[in-house]
Amino acid sequence: MSISLIRPGLLTTVQDLGRPGYRAAGVPLGGALDAPALRLANLLVGNAPGEASLEITLAGPTLRFEAPHLLALVGADLSATLDGKPLPLGRPVAVQAGTVLAFGAARAGCRAYLALAGGLGLPPVLGSCSTLVRAALGGLHGRALLAGDVLPAPGPGGPGAALRARLALAFQGSSHAAAPWHPAPAERPALAAAPVLRALPGPEYAEFAPESQRAFWQQPFTVTPAADRMGYRLAGPPLARLAGAELLSSAVAPGTVQVPPGGQPIVLLADCQTTGGYPRLAHVIAPDLGLLAQARPGTPLRFQQLSQAEAHALYLAQEAQLRTLAANYSAFLTQWLRQ
Amino acid sequence: MKSPSIYPLGDTAAVVEFGGGISAATMRRIAALGQQLVRQPLPGLRETVPAYTTLTVFYDPACAYEQVAAWLRNALTASEAAPNTPVSPPEVVEIPVCYGGEYGPDLAAVAAHTGLEMNEVITRHAAPTYLVHLLGFLPGFPYLGVLDAQLTTPRRASPRARVPAGAVGIAGAQTGIYPLASPGGWQLIGRTPLRLFDPAWPEPTRLRAGQQLRFVPISATEFEKMRQMCRYKDV
Repeated sequence: MSISLIRPGLLTTVQDLGRPGYRAAGVPLGGALDAPALRLANLLVGNAPGEASLEITLAGPTLRFEAPHLLALVGADLSATLDGKPLPLGRPVAVQAGTVLAFGAARAGCRAYLALAGGLGLPPVLGSCSTLVRAALGGLHGRALLAGDVLPAPGPGGPGAALRARLALAFQGSSHAAAPWHPAPAERPALAAAPVLRALPGPEYAEFAPESQRAFWQQPFTVTPAADRMGYRLAGPPLARLAGAELLSSAVAPGTVQVPPGGQPIVLLADCQTTGGYPRLAHVIAPDLGLLAQARPGTPLRFQQLSQAEAHALYLAQEAQLRTLAANYSAFLTQWLRQ
Repeated sequence: MKSPSIYPLGDTAAVVEFGGGISAATMRRIAALGQQLVRQPLPGLRETVPAYTTLTVFYDPACAYEQVAAWLRNALTASEAAPNTPVSPPEVVEIPVCYGGEYGPDLAAVAAHTGLEMNEVITRHAAPTYLVHLLGFLPGFPYLGVLDAQLTTPRRASPRARVPAGAVGIAGAQTGIYPLASPGGWQLIGRTPLRLFDPAWPEPTRLRAGQQLRFVPISATEFEKMRQMCRYKDV
C-alpha cells in the first residue's frame, strides 16, 4: 500500500497541524500553511482533522497510487488530473491501483492539500509528521519529496473504507470515481485574487511613524519572490520605526509582521523561527493565515485593522463553522451510505 | 524592580515583558513565572517561550485575551512573591570544544580582528560561566551571555552555505553553538562533539533557558574519541 513519486513538483511536503510544545526548545510550530484546507481535505475522506497529508506548492507532482485509495484535494486550483481527466477539488474521490495523479497550470491559489483516507504511514517526530526541511525533521526523511520516493499509505479504514466502497460502485470502467456532491462553496477555504488580511497591531506598533502606520493599513503590499514556508517578504511603501529602545530577541509566531531596517515588512508563516529581534508592527489573525498562505509571489495584499475582541469573535466563528461542517458532513455521509 | 507589563502577540499569545535589559536576575524572574505556570497551568495554556526579558505564553485562541492576561497577572503575583527561588540547576553544563584548525576555521580571523593571540582567544572564550538566555534560530540553538567584550567580532562578510553541527561561533557580541548543520554567517572558532539536539530524546535539547554553561577546551584526538562515543551523526 504505497504511493510512488514520478515527479516531485516544486515543493511537495508531508504536513499535519504542526508540532506544538517545543517552541521553547527553538523548534518551530510548522504544519500546513493553509490549515483549514488540510482539515477539510481530511474531513472529506473520513480522517481525523490533523492527519498527515501532502502540501503541494504551485507546480504539483506526478504520482501513482500503487493500491486502491480514497483521496480529497482541497485548496489551490493547480489543474489536477487523474489519468488525464480533471480531478474535482473539494470532494472525496475513489481511485483504483495504478491511477496517476498529475498537475498542470496553477490557476488560483498557491497550495493544495492531498488527503488520503487512512493517512500516511510515517512515524511522528516530536509529536508531528510535519516536514521541517531546515532541521531535517519529520515527513519523509525530513525533506521535500523527490522523484522515486515511495510513500507508505496504509489505505482506508473505518468511515473512509465504507465511502470508498460505495464510490467504487460507480467506476464503470474508469480508474476513479468522484462523489456526486461536495460541501457548499461558502464552507470551502477562500481563495482571493487580492486578499484582505485582518490583523492586530503588534507589540512595537506604537513605535512606528504615524505615516507608516497609516500606510500599512491603507496601501497595498505585494508578495515578492522571497516567499517560502518561513515567511513572505512584502514590497510596498517603506515603513519606518521611530527611535526606540534597542530590541532584544523575543518570541514571534506565524502571522507576525516584522519590519527589518530596510523598511519592507516580512510576514511570518508556520516554519518561522521561534524568536526574532525585528520590530513587530502587526500580526495577521489566525483565521486569515490560510488565506495568506494561498497568496503567491506577485499577489497584492491589504491589511485591515481589528480589535482584539473582533479577532477573538472571528476565531470562534471559523472554528464553529468547521465544527458544524464536520457534524453535518458526518450525518450526511451516514445517510448517503445507507441509500 | 520594575513591574512587568503584559501585552498581546496577535490572537494566539500574551507576552509578559520584564524589561530592564539582559540580566541573570531577569532570567530568574522569567523562569519563576514559567515554573508557576507549570504548577498552576492557566486554562487554555499551550506553551511558553522564554527570551531575554520576556516570557511569551501561547494559548488556545478560543480563550479571550483579557481573561488570559488576568490569569497571567495572578500567576505573576504568585511568582514574584518568591523571586529568589533558585531556578538554575546548581551544576554547570560542560561543553567540550576543540578550538581552531579544521574545527574552528575562523579562529585566526577572530584573533586578527581582536588583536589577540589565538591561544588568548581560546582562553577568554573558555573562561566565563555563560548563562543560556534562550533557545532560538534553530532547534536547540543557545543564545549565551556574556561573551568577553574583547572577543567581539562581526559576522563573516559572506555566510557559509553549510556550518557543521556542533560548530561554536561568535557573531558581534554573541556566542552560540549550531545544534544542526545549517547555512550560517558566524565566525567559527571551534566545534563540540556533543549532540545538542536529538528528537529521539525525551527532552529534545541538551540545553534549556536558565541553565549555566562552560566551554572546556579539548584536543582533536579527544574530539574524535568523544565523537565516536556520542555516535555523532551529521544531520
